[in-house]
Amino acid sequence: MTENYFEVLRPGINTTFQDNGRKNFYHIGIPFSGAMDNRNFVIANAISNNKKNSPVIEFALQGPKLRYKGDKVYFNVTGDVNFQILRKNKIEEGVCYQNLVLENDDCIDIISTNRSVYGYLSINASFKINFYLDSCSVNTKAGIGANNGKILQKNQIIKIENITKKYSLNKLDYINSKIENIRVIKGPHFDYFSKTAKELFFKEKFSITKLTDRMGIRLDGPKIENIKYTNIKSEGLVKGTIQITADGDPIVMLSDHGTIGGYPKIGVVISADYDKLVQIPPGSKIKFKEINLKDAETIFKLYEMETQNLISKTK
Amino acid sequence: MIKNISNLGDAALYCDFGNDVNREINLNVIQFFKNIKKSNIPGITNITPSYNKLIISFDLSITNFNKIKTEVEKLNFKNEIINEGNLIKIPVCCDNDFALDIKRLEKLLNLEKEEIYKKFFSKKYYCYMTGFIAGMPFLGDLDGSLYARRLDTPRVKVPKNSIGITEQFCNIYTFESPGGWNIIGKTPLDIFDNKNNTSPNLINPGDTISFFQISKLEFEKKYD
Repeated sequence: MTENYFEVLRPGINTTFQDNGRKNFYHIGIPFSGAMDNRNFVIANAISNNKKNSPVIEFALQGPKLRYKGDKVYFNVTGDVNFQILRKNKIEEGVCYQNLVLENDDCIDIISTNRSVYGYLSINASFKINFYLDSCSVNTKAGIGANNGKILQKNQIIKIENITKKYSLNKLDYINSKIENIRVIKGPHFDYFSKTAKELFFKEKFSITKLTDRMGIRLDGPKIENIKYTNIKSEGLVKGTIQITADGDPIVMLSDHGTIGGYPKIGVVISADYDKLVQIPPGSKIKFKEINLKDAETIFKLYEMETQNLISKTK
Repeated sequence: MIKNISNLGDAALYCDFGNDVNREINLNVIQFFKNIKKSNIPGITNITPSYNKLIISFDLSITNFNKIKTEVEKLNFKNEIINEGNLIKIPVCCDNDFALDIKRLEKLLNLEKEEIYKKFFSKKYYCYMTGFIAGMPFLGDLDGSLYARRLDTPRVKVPKNSIGITEQFCNIYTFESPGGWNIIGKTPLDIFDNKNNTSPNLINPGDTISFFQISKLEFEKKYD
């Protein structure tokens, strides 16, 4: 039996193993983590005929360049991604959302994501990686998850096992829609802010700054004036929570966020808009739109139906 | 008891136990946390206790706010005996190499460092919550004469295992991290063990902590 593996020729900016994250550890300071864009994560596994929660390689902005060694394997890339497959005698332009073959010595070069942040690489096999607290998801801050809790490193080897012999040309025609409006439910400290600030929050645009990663997004825009307390006694956070710092800037908590925080919560991004929010690249502008809980729940059902629909279309 | 339950976004409950920070209210939060954990309500994915709030996250694809709220309100009426946590002893080395802010504290509190340490080591501390970074315990309450404000400019990197104090609280930096607490020493113990796959946390909410002083020699021995 030959050994199958990827050799990391270029790791990319922030390339990590992810699945759907770990539950039940917020109380000891460990957030969910997991794939940032859940829809593109589940589609990647569906195209590979993998189990729903199988580990994938997540990359951000610039992805990895990987050389493959071993028996024939299939892979797919999801997201809005510009990539190439470097074969023996030719360079092939990559197409997202379909299984592509990889033979010994072929390279995958994930050049960049297009006007988006995250993309996913899945194979119809499994990565030989370690799990921590029931998940492979890498949380670099706590140093936990696959790859000893680290991002991919140059020249490292990623071992591959259990290549599925059965192959089907799964593909999906899907275009990631881009949005500017992010829907938000008011938070428990909404009334800590002045009347003007509350109006500005839902009226003006905010820019996504470069201080943005898997932990959170720092926004730049009109200052949100606090008229009560700029600090609260630290309390739990959830992903999508928008806190206003003492300087009046909004910060949005993302999948690797600190589990507790001491800034007032002006609102929380609805679950259905999370995947789209994380895909908006630094430099873009967003606008918050107020929505109530009931509507958010209905929209989430639609979001789930749509995801399910996309999964069934891959077969 | 819970004073009010509201929604935090569309996939979490925000249970408010009031605005005060004291052991009694926090024991209530922790007792509730333990009860909810035991109750195995379908769909709950995470429960975060803090000083006086409890946040319950759930999976919106299998449940919703109203369903979880109804279940939690049922529990709210159960009066159960408070379960005390464990007593954990933590060694601390207060060598000048580790006590990064002791000089600042001497000035700020108008106390000699011997007095500061005497007061610090003579008390037992209660763990209100753990989190922010993995395993970081928020402990209290310090002797009133040790209350100090945060550093004016937070450190970019606080060394791992540093012991910090601010206001009535004390914490342990489980990882190298940015932070603004006054650093008074360092423990050789790993409070969060990221190699331990079952219970990585040494300190959990509700536990009692007593610190004891060790020399630099003892500190270095522990690291061998």
